[in-house]
Amino acid sequence: MARQEKKRDVVIVGLGWTGSILGMELCNEGLDVLALERGEDRDTVPDWKYPNVADELKYGVRYGFMQKPRNSTLTIRRDLSETALPYRHLGSFLPGDGVGGAGMHWNGHTFRPMAEELELRSYVERNFGADIIPDDMTIQDWGVNYAELEPYFDRFEKIAGISGKAGNLNGETVEGGNPFEAPRSSDYPMPPLDQTVDSNKFADAARKMGYHPYPRPAANASRAYTNPYGMQLGPCNFCGFCERYGCLNYSKSSPQTCILDALKRKPNFEYRTNAEVLKVELASDGKTAKGVTYVDANGEEVFQPADLVILAAYQLHNVHLMLLSGIGQPYNPRTGEGVTGKNYAYQTNGGTALFFKDIDFNPFVGAGSNGHVIDDFAINQIDFAAEGFIGGSYISSGTFNGQPIRSMRLPAGTPKWGAGWKSAIKEWYGHSMSIGSHGSNMSYQSNYLDLDPTYKDKHGRPLMRMTFNWKDNDIRMTQFMKGRIEELAKSMNPDIMQSGYKSKGAMYDVRPYQTTHNVGGAIMGSEPNKSALNRYLQSWDVHNVFVMGASAFPQNIQYNPTGTVGALAYWAVDAIRKDYLPNPRPLV
Amino acid sequence: MNKFAKLVAALLVLGIVVLALIIFVPASRTAPVSSLPANFKAAEGHGEYVMRLADCKACHTAEGGKPFAGGRAIESPFGTIWSTNITPDPKNGIGGYSLDDFRAALYDGIEPDGTHLYPAMPYENYRNLKEEDVRALYDYFMNEVAPVSEAAPETDLAFPFNQRWGIRLWNWLALGDAGHPDLYDDAVLNRGAYLIDGVGHCAACHSPRNTIFAQAGETAEDSDYLAGGVIGNWPAPSLYGKGSAPEKWSANDLAAYLSTGRNSHSAVAGEMTQVVGESLQYASDEDMHAMVTYLRHINGKTTGGPDQMTNLATDAGNDADNSIAAASSKRADLSGETVQLLASADPAMPLGARLYLDNCNACHFVNGKGAHGVFPALDGNALVVSDTAGGLIDVILHGARMPSTDKRPERLAMPGFGDRLSDEELAELATFVRQGWSNDASAVTADDVAELRAAGFAH
Repeated sequence: MARQEKKRDVVIVGLGWTGSILGMELCNEGLDVLALERGEDRDTVPDWKYPNVADELKYGVRYGFMQKPRNSTLTIRRDLSETALPYRHLGSFLPGDGVGGAGMHWNGHTFRPMAEELELRSYVERNFGADIIPDDMTIQDWGVNYAELEPYFDRFEKIAGISGKAGNLNGETVEGGNPFEAPRSSDYPMPPLDQTVDSNKFADAARKMGYHPYPRPAANASRAYTNPYGMQLGPCNFCGFCERYGCLNYSKSSPQTCILDALKRKPNFEYRTNAEVLKVELASDGKTAKGVTYVDANGEEVFQPADLVILAAYQLHNVHLMLLSGIGQPYNPRTGEGVTGKNYAYQTNGGTALFFKDIDFNPFVGAGSNGHVIDDFAINQIDFAAEGFIGGSYISSGTFNGQPIRSMRLPAGTPKWGAGWKSAIKEWYGHSMSIGSHGSNMSYQSNYLDLDPTYKDKHGRPLMRMTFNWKDNDIRMTQFMKGRIEELAKSMNPDIMQSGYKSKGAMYDVRPYQTTHNVGGAIMGSEPNKSALNRYLQSWDVHNVFVMGASAFPQNIQYNPTGTVGALAYWAVDAIRKDYLPNPRPLV
Repeated sequence: MNKFAKLVAALLVLGIVVLALIIFVPASRTAPVSSLPANFKAAEGHGEYVMRLADCKACHTAEGGKPFAGGRAIESPFGTIWSTNITPDPKNGIGGYSLDDFRAALYDGIEPDGTHLYPAMPYENYRNLKEEDVRALYDYFMNEVAPVSEAAPETDLAFPFNQRWGIRLWNWLALGDAGHPDLYDDAVLNRGAYLIDGVGHCAACHSPRNTIFAQAGETAEDSDYLAGGVIGNWPAPSLYGKGSAPEKWSANDLAAYLSTGRNSHSAVAGEMTQVVGESLQYASDEDMHAMVTYLRHINGKTTGGPDQMTNLATDAGNDADNSIAAASSKRADLSGETVQLLASADPAMPLGARLYLDNCNACHFVNGKGAHGVFPALDGNALVVSDTAGGLIDVILHGARMPSTDKRPERLAMPGFGDRLSDEELAELATFVRQGWSNDASAVTADDVAELRAAGFAH
């Protein structure tokens, strides 16, 4: 029998970006808020202190800040005919755990999506006709448009303290920014970071080709900054330990640097760590949640009653909890019916490495969000009908780090060890750069999430099963980007050039790291039979459950998801504050 | 018996009688400085506010202990003094105190049974309190604080300091009149002086001690007034005179430092962390303005009205160009010997400079200016250049953490480097920052470091 704790107004599952945002805004509303975090507590000092955190082996290679598969994982297969197997060694994606979530170990790329991406199906149908959409492609509109979200993008950028350069201020094009972006109501709160040699070289080459480079919007502070919560960032020193690490310098935006100390001061806020939520408990009619059951640090089951349940865990875990709790009808890939688990999508990336014997790139000078970007081949710039795919990419270049284990780019054919490897390292370390394509990934009937029929976790719950594979549409997209990038790269006259893009027939491989941009599974939309959540991230079926995060994306955007995740959290919490709390009910 | 022997005997008897009187006759208690009606009632919340500004909680609460239950160790030159339980518990706290008993503790440092409190309790300063504030404070402790029935540890100093009757002699010499005179024709300055001298008891740390260990200087007329003191191994910088923070900082910077523990020059460390975290951040905007105005006034600076001071809650302080470009790579900024030495990145540079690049430069930069409100400047920093290097050494050894305040909630921390630097290395590094840029302070030795390392982390 589970121990029962005192009832709270709000229980939040997960204390990363969205849990922190919801906690802050709902505490400001006067509610009694409890956050449950399955991992450890973490703070800049002592957990990320200099120099201990700059340990590539411990954190970069051995995933010190990531979830441990023995504690939490899922099974993966590529199509309905395969038997899914557990993801026992982290590879393709790296969910975090602990306070701050993945928001502590990210690089900090903080984009807004294009307006067209939020209404993708309508945009495609309107401009190119519904018939260009493949039969198995299940892309949808989000149910919310860019104009509605704009104030919330602005809010998140000011809270997170983003360094960047506007390209479209209230409809006016601004030189040096991204001319293809949707209108912004204000510029970024900080000017862009200074740029490294490769980033500037790329920008020069892009300009010569007639493209429009702009500095990557960065959650790495370009100077000292204080956000609207009074939280502070210090100027980034380009130490090159962003992704997979906590920032030692208060320079990378994270829940810790942007929200948590302000939230912890609130007398109506409490958080418990090592508290893993097993299930959302529903009332007998299934229309509301009564609270959550979690396992505490001592392994004891606890029932935590609450009036409002916010799922703010990582995308995969939000969907898993919904499946385990019976929130929304599970998706059936054969009939297309059901909503929970529907439209899992990923990111379609590729890149070209360029080696220059005579250029010293000083790769130890890097920042997670350093770099220039072009959007000349982004979603709103491509004729889908003419090119034969739906989607797009941003293309970018810039050094994130020059770490000695994982950032030793070498020409193909170099031996992997021994004297040949050593001499190649000597010859090429610091003499290469890369240009990457970061592309959209559409949703498909057979890419989805459900409960695994075989494997269970340590609590006896079925693991979640991911069924995912690359599809021709997205491969055509990335091959198109390969062509554009190689033209650009050739114009820079490298001594050696080598590309890595998925080609026709490519199968999803969970071993090499690709990106931790897993999206969908609890998608938002405007029809209850097509999405798990309404436009306010509220469960259609259980109205006092709101689900934050990239699980709401109906397909993946061409950009990194955090800017959109942050804006959606502010959008949803505004609806909760203004509309839901005065009269709790389904908002749509 | 001859006359001389008689005289000696008489003097001896007289001495014994005087001593007996000192020991056994209760000390007289100072009367209220003004009379208030018996039914006087302070405004709601005022008692707690006075408690905050008087910072009672910081000393009378042990690390992780119950509020006001005492048990915090106060290190003094004479040994460890344990703060007492001041909750309204009748047995272990002050629940049995009458108003007069309470005032006697605040004004005269005397417990109801006549026992003298050690002057670690700053009754030298609290005797400046207005009767209204005494009453408000009394009501607060009796009615709003939860009683804690736990005895605080007994203070047990070595002889002769365990002979508390001796404090009575000290009181005769050290204590002035009760109450605080209004010396100015300006209500803001009088309020500021009252808060600084009385409730805020700034002089308890920031004034030097005279030959009998009393606070030197009573008003801004005296040159010793707030001229800087030493607490353990830490300096409490001068607040008075050329080069002192109130003399060289803007009113906004001074207010930011006092209310948030950080500004564009510096950040609090050591004991001041608690003063800001437990006390000063709670000062009203008017009182903060009064304190700042007064501190600047005694340093010859005028200050505008409260409306002239930036509202820190909305002043993001984000306009200063303190990007890494401005701090480290703008060629125009690469002037000065220290900056050039660091920016040269010459492997042959002296050890102190090399250690600075390896350990400090990421936040404090080659120009030693840090970053606005986040990383304190080292160039010209009072803690760095103090004659008492202990505070600087302590921060490098053990790190420091800013307090969380309403306007600046982030507990920005510098990690300790004691596990990474030997005594010799730390001394080289400390000497480098004490003598880099415009700094010109004495060298630190490995022995200085070893002593503080052995003493451990005390706060």
